[in-house]
Amino acid sequence: MAHRNVIPVGPQHPVLPEPIHFDLVTEDERVIDAIPSISYVHRGLERLVEKRDFIDFAHVADRICGLCSFMHSLGYCQAVEEIMGIEVPQRALYLRTIWAELSRIHSHIFWLGVAADAFGFESLFMQALRLREPVLDIFEETTGARVILGVCKVGGVRRDIDNDSLKGIVTRLTVLKADLEEICNVFINDYSVRHRLSGVGFISREDAYALGCLGPMARASGLAIDMRAVGYAAYRYLDVEPVVETAGDCYARCLVRIRETFHAIDLIRQAAGKTPEGPIDVKVTGAPDGEYYSRVEQPRGEVIHYVKGNGSRFLQRFRVRVPTFSNIPAMIKVLKGSEVADVPNIILSLDPCISCTER
Amino acid sequence: MKIFTMTKTVTKNLVKGPATLMYPQKERIFTPITRGKIENAIDRCIFCGLCGRRCPTYAIVVSKESKAWQIDRLKCCICNLCVDVCPVKCLSTDNHHAPSVTERKMALHRESAAPQDDPAQG
Repeated sequence: MAHRNVIPVGPQHPVLPEPIHFDLVTEDERVIDAIPSISYVHRGLERLVEKRDFIDFAHVADRICGLCSFMHSLGYCQAVEEIMGIEVPQRALYLRTIWAELSRIHSHIFWLGVAADAFGFESLFMQALRLREPVLDIFEETTGARVILGVCKVGGVRRDIDNDSLKGIVTRLTVLKADLEEICNVFINDYSVRHRLSGVGFISREDAYALGCLGPMARASGLAIDMRAVGYAAYRYLDVEPVVETAGDCYARCLVRIRETFHAIDLIRQAAGKTPEGPIDVKVTGAPDGEYYSRVEQPRGEVIHYVKGNGSRFLQRFRVRVPTFSNIPAMIKVLKGSEVADVPNIILSLDPCISCTER
Repeated sequence: MKIFTMTKTVTKNLVKGPATLMYPQKERIFTPITRGKIENAIDRCIFCGLCGRRCPTYAIVVSKESKAWQIDRLKCCICNLCVDVCPVKCLSTDNHHAPSVTERKMALHRESAAPQDDPAQG
């Protein structure tokens, strides 16, 4: 019988980008139990909905998370629009789709970098962050900010992208695609990367389903769960295809994200070609009375925004169920039985976003 | 499986030089629409207080009596709602960020209408 140790990991840890804490119960080098604890960055944003006008709250929803900031305001605005019966102009839907896909590209490239950092490939991390920069530049030129976009509003979008700029974005993404292929070649083919990721953190299709996995975690185990197929925003006019891998390990999750990045570039190309002319917003009058669940596919999986209003300017309840929260049980399951040295890889392959989870 | 997958990228980087900007020597270029900080052309301001009421973070305080307009740059989230709502369009977004501060009260930016402008407005 080996001696048992409890190793605390986080909330401040070199490989963890965000504050989550684990107590790892280990026997020698093997983890036999993992106890997570969160709530280091709780900000009470859900409660804030009772104190802010529902139009202004789109800005608060924007600030739930940095990487998927646009998806949060999109989900919130969709819910409010659905309650109030607002018909959003087609052009606004397409622009929303383009920004959402750009967010996905920038989140996935960032994840690739951080994952490279976790398995100790420092130069690959730098390369990934260099490639993320063109996307942030596009954000700055089209919305005025690099991370917190603040362009989504109830009834449409705040800024227009003219058609020349749309073509420019597609051209720049084509250049980015070529650069990205070079980096992704390292992730896919490099001996040391494969050695570090293959077979690590395996979760079967059945377990992934039973534990409620979402996003790349579920898709890497062979579950084709992708909310974009539901057809919110302009996705119903585009060829969305869930990216599915079957291996279920860290390497498969990495592959899913790589392929999704290329798929997102393709979706932007499609959307830019189809964007119709027209207004970008409609005037909003009245206040929401009713409730709605809005489902949006974030880079990390499906996010649910629940909005309940009672006909006043201040909403009654706002609730966000983020993908990281549903993926934590699966993460615990995967951590049990893994090697201590693989723990950073496993935690990161799930792409935890704790700011979202705690709001 | 290969082992020298990074070689091409590394060689390219050696030839190309750094991807970062040498900051103090080379200024960062902001786009025309970058949301940097809110500016008020105070001569045109009618002190209606709409911006203060619209502000989601309550960063703007307008006093009609003393003809003063004040913004807390640390509270301001540069959402542009005040610029949209301004009836005389005296508010605008500058594309350079506000300078960093070491104390909260240093971020308070106050502007008052010059006395000679009062008769013109009234």
